[in-house]
Amino acid sequence: MPHTHPETELHNPQSTKPPLDPHLKALENEAIHIFREVAAEFERPVMLYSIGKDSSVLLHLARKAFYPGRIPFPLLHVDTGWKFREMIAFRDEMVEKYDLDLVAHTNPRGAAENVTPFTHGSALYTDIMKTEALRQALDAGQYDAAFGGARRDEEASRAKERIYSFRTPDHRWDPRNQRPELWNVYNGMIRKGESVRAFPLSNWTEVDIWRYIQAEEIPIVPLYFAKKRPIVERDGMMILAEDPRLELLPGETKREEVIRFRTLGCFPLTGAIRSNATTLDDIISELETATVSERQGRAIDRDQAGSMEKKKREGYF
Amino acid sequence: MTAPALANAALDETAVALPSQEPARVARDSRPLRLITCGSVDDGKSTLIGRLLWDTKAVKEDQAASLQRDSKGKQNDLGLPDFALLLDGLQAEREQGITIDVAYRYFSTDKRSFIVADTPGHEQYTRNMATGASTADLAVLLVDARVGLLEQTRRHATIATLMGIKQFVLAVNKIDLTNYDRSRFEQISHEFKELALSLGVRQVTAIPVSALKGENVVYDGRASMPWYEGPTLIEVLELATTRSAQTVGFRLPVQRVSRPGESFRGYQGTVAGGSVKPGDSVVILPSGMVANVTKIVTFDLVRNAAVAGDAITLVLDRQVDVSRGDVIATIDSQPMTGLAFDAQLVALQAEGIQPGKRYWLKSGSRRQRVQVQPISQLDLKSGKWNHADELPMNAIGKVHLAFDEQAIFDAYEQNRTTGAFILIDPDTNNTVAGGMISAKRAAIGGIHTEDSRVILSLPADLADQLMATEIFAGRREDAEIRRVTAARAIEIIDVIDE
Repeated sequence: MPHTHPETELHNPQSTKPPLDPHLKALENEAIHIFREVAAEFERPVMLYSIGKDSSVLLHLARKAFYPGRIPFPLLHVDTGWKFREMIAFRDEMVEKYDLDLVAHTNPRGAAENVTPFTHGSALYTDIMKTEALRQALDAGQYDAAFGGARRDEEASRAKERIYSFRTPDHRWDPRNQRPELWNVYNGMIRKGESVRAFPLSNWTEVDIWRYIQAEEIPIVPLYFAKKRPIVERDGMMILAEDPRLELLPGETKREEVIRFRTLGCFPLTGAIRSNATTLDDIISELETATVSERQGRAIDRDQAGSMEKKKREGYF
Repeated sequence: MTAPALANAALDETAVALPSQEPARVARDSRPLRLITCGSVDDGKSTLIGRLLWDTKAVKEDQAASLQRDSKGKQNDLGLPDFALLLDGLQAEREQGITIDVAYRYFSTDKRSFIVADTPGHEQYTRNMATGASTADLAVLLVDARVGLLEQTRRHATIATLMGIKQFVLAVNKIDLTNYDRSRFEQISHEFKELALSLGVRQVTAIPVSALKGENVVYDGRASMPWYEGPTLIEVLELATTRSAQTVGFRLPVQRVSRPGESFRGYQGTVAGGSVKPGDSVVILPSGMVANVTKIVTFDLVRNAAVAGDAITLVLDRQVDVSRGDVIATIDSQPMTGLAFDAQLVALQAEGIQPGKRYWLKSGSRRQRVQVQPISQLDLKSGKWNHADELPMNAIGKVHLAFDEQAIFDAYEQNRTTGAFILIDPDTNNTVAGGMISAKRAAIGGIHTEDSRVILSLPADLADQLMATEIFAGRREDAEIRRVTAARAIEIIDVIDE
């Protein structure tokens, strides 16, 4: 293994949590199996860590999969520079608490050319600061496998993605030419320069994620819970207005609302929802009656028709 | 709520009005059921899956809105959107209007959650159906009530059976277009049950369905079909069994050896059969070394037992050589080890399966070189196995596997994990076949030669018992059974022993 890790974590405080229900247990078992398989088959795996709820679950499952050993690969965070402040604070806390190897990467071109979601539009900004940045980081680390937290229920183009999703040396995904995937036997054979994205949460739904967070007491970014926060309304979305770089446009006013976020990304592109859900119970019962999907608050999905599929072909996670 | 009430509600409101919002409760006391849907576009498969997602509220408003946007002018006469658009995720498919790959859908009721492998019905996509069926517990086969069983119905049922599915639902769709003709339904379900029995499948439920109107899918269709007293589709799915109960002994394919420090050495993997507890004696294959289990370690606690499906770390009582790809198994009932096996496989790529070529075989966590000799190919029309020297794409074939090193398998009939494998082409690294082990090949020459059948001379009662088993049902072509007296059987065996 190229990454060496000193031994730690030989003691786990005996948990008093009730056992998982059979449904979550089955999902957990499948995810752990995938983690172990990838870690064993690839030379330089990495885990994409986006700090969101799915990443929190992914991290928890990775710790479980390799216990009592350490997670045998680093975490990679593609930092656009426009994440919510609380996300970065949470990330650093997790790294400290769980003794993680974190690689954070920001596209240097972004800083040099001053690429922002305001000046370049969401499509171009995402292309440079997320897609291009991810490619740079994966190339720099020479990673041959990257874990991601994508779920098949999230978006139509993801419904057909494999658990081991093959990528060409330039990180492209060819949806027409995916390897067949039978049983739980995964084909991890690749040539030099090629890579695989591995998705241990493929079969989880949004409700599963929340119920698992609750059952396993997994820490998440506080932005998921409702609180009175400053917002500004823009393009039909409520945007968090706490970062000094957010300049109000003519006609816009800042106001306070009790809101929370259903997904977390770059703050200028992520819409809040009005909600009083301050606990996991609240969030789950809100979800059970939700009438819109979680990606509804994400501006980048709606840029153009077949938006996500196009981004994925180009290497977006 | 009955289906007509729902249909009326949809008629009264705007095109994409959702069914009334009853919160779907989420407590789950069972594992997700994995199912595969087989049928063609003409049978209304997309409409059926769309209906399942719609009536279980798996479709959200924003998805419904983009559905409405995309399906302009394509709405059906109930004012519902074109469900196929909801399902066909990839742009290329939308343009061609066909489903070209396996897609996975998720929905749930208050009793259970479901994972649907949605596969295309066209002949050239046998490979996709095999992929979807490999993980499925149950198959839903669709037929058009006006048309009845088709050649493709037999094909789908055959593939599903080969892949180990033992529960079938026949959805006789578009029953509304036959004026809810009871005799028509009964005729079709009778024909299908005959077909299923010929394949050795006994768990069959036939349901008259209108996916378009939502009758007998999630809501019952009693108002239109008072003569039908059976379950709705969702009721059958809620009660179906998952394939956790595997009868063979304990199996742990070792994925990795965990060695975080000198004081700890554990073998990590997912239990592929049976159960294990501390104190059990186990054998490590292929080496044949024996040890006892001291601990089952998981993140949460040290456990006193683990069962099939559990991802665990096993600690043994002595220093033994165990590495990735080994199988830790119960001593009493061990898997087969050997250099030659019989298998059935589905050829998945354009190059087909070439005789004598050396492939990589991966089963569990074990990867090794194998030479594949095609023997026969299944004619899906007739159900007959015809001699074949190579297997083209989408062919289902019987093959001989020859290994350089010891291989470890159970028969697929007995264990869908340790009996399954994929073949990888070393030139392209692509997955070129999915396969299922039938048996270990006998080392004795002459007893199992190509194209000739094994002749088994058995006491009559034993012969009858054997012929009634499922394993034999799938292998009628392989053996001929002669009924003899017990005394005669002993004589024959004595001759073989000499």
